[in-house]
Amino acid sequence: MAEVVLEIKNLTRRFGTFTAVDGLTLSVNAGEVFGLLGSNGAGKTTTIKMLTTLLPPTSGEALVAGFSITKQAVGVRRAIGYVPQAVSVDGSLTGYENLLIFAKLYDLPHREQPARIAEALEFMNLTAVGGRMVGEYSGGMVRRLEIAQATLHRPKVLFLDEPTVGLDPIARDAVWKHLVDMRATYGTTLFFTTHYLEEAESHCDRIAIMHQGKLDALGTCKELEASLGPGHTLNDVFVHYAGSALDSGNNFRAVSAERTTAQRLG
Amino acid sequence: MTTTFIHPLTGFIEKTFVITEFELRKLRHDFTELITRALQPALWLLIFGQVFARSGAMHTGNIPYLDFIAPGILAQSVLFVAIFYGINVIWERDLGIVQKFLASPTPRAALVLGKGFSAGIRTLSQAVIVYSLSLLLGVKLSWNPLALFNVLLIVILAATLFSTFSLVIACIVKTRERFMGVGQVLTMPLFFASNAIYPTDIMPAWLKVVSHLNPLTYVVDALRTCMLAGSASTFGLSFDYVVILATTTVLVLVGARLYPRLAT
Repeated sequence: MAEVVLEIKNLTRRFGTFTAVDGLTLSVNAGEVFGLLGSNGAGKTTTIKMLTTLLPPTSGEALVAGFSITKQAVGVRRAIGYVPQAVSVDGSLTGYENLLIFAKLYDLPHREQPARIAEALEFMNLTAVGGRMVGEYSGGMVRRLEIAQATLHRPKVLFLDEPTVGLDPIARDAVWKHLVDMRATYGTTLFFTTHYLEEAESHCDRIAIMHQGKLDALGTCKELEASLGPGHTLNDVFVHYAGSALDSGNNFRAVSAERTTAQRLG
Repeated sequence: MTTTFIHPLTGFIEKTFVITEFELRKLRHDFTELITRALQPALWLLIFGQVFARSGAMHTGNIPYLDFIAPGILAQSVLFVAIFYGINVIWERDLGIVQKFLASPTPRAALVLGKGFSAGIRTLSQAVIVYSLSLLLGVKLSWNPLALFNVLLIVILAATLFSTFSLVIACIVKTRERFMGVGQVLTMPLFFASNAIYPTDIMPAWLKVVSHLNPLTYVVDALRTCMLAGSASTFGLSFDYVVILATTTVLVLVGARLYPRLAT
């Protein structure tokens, strides 16, 4: 049986009377590529924030790489990498410096730092621009640098919140190529949210669909398509489980942040 | 993943300096700011200071008025620069930078103090400006190396104090608009309810009480003691240091507690 790297048990988060995540239970195996889907406001980002210890759950628990998100937050933080939806590298530093600061914050041995940074830049195809200010990078380069930064310490689980939002198809493919390579090379588990069904279809081992804070569907894309009967696509699956959520969307701040990110990267 | 055991205190100090180092690296391309920041102390010393010195309205004992306010203006410019420092973390929050640092194992207090120190070091330029202006205006400065060292230390600590205060406010209000509003509201009372441009002796009793609760008063007293030749401290230099360090410690602890709010 495969090793379970992420175990979520009845995880719940309320904001006042609004329940953003409602009793979420699921587990993810080591080395899996797992996609969390759902319309805006379904609770995907709140889930990721709880799993990355940025937001304490109202109730429930999750174990990330064996560490409890409520009681062993520092252990969780050492074991994970996180690529937020918004731009998370610093435009007024070079690519190399952006990686160096994280090498130091994650206590990589001093002697190994230059080699690890060089390797990460090489892996993400950024070696040529490592010395340039990140402010001059293209959107795809920024995303790849963010992934390099979040994986420099070889995390067991990498959380990505909408990793390809605002990127053109070519940049999107490049980002995915590197993510897939990374899983193959280091066995990193990828847990990500996305709006793009075709991404889920082509890269995920399994997906979960969230709707109004609840887990509505879980399985491989094939299983979910088959569950609706023959001839159904993943799009049908998505509409079936999350389709009634047209107006439940995000608040103003979230939408404006998302558009700004898209603009900065695009 | 490498796991080496690191003592929490060593880890905290190390991470604080990592944050400071990278905050300072960002400055390389930021020289216009240094120039615009020179303007305010220049106006206060050259215009306000000279006019009031001529009027003879302020009784500052055996120290000429311009000498009296030179350390006050240094303290004021440190305050004005540091109090808006928190806008940076709001900016970093609107991007995803704060979130990424909070998801790393870095101690929260190191994130807060590291940023505070970097603001402290940035503010040293204000000391250079005020010293140059003071020389120009014939203020009798003390050139004792120990005194100069103290001035630099006090400037760094004072800027750390007020920028951490600013960061605490940023963690509470979270948006740029509200932050600017609160910043504006705070600076003038802190400045006027202090001994920066007039002695506390001439204040009404209630204001005197307020000024004694204002950390800026102790910053000014410490700077005045060290900057001027032949000036005596009102509260004692060690007491000034104790107040400044204790206030900073409390603010860093509060900031560390509130900083995770920025990720939600």
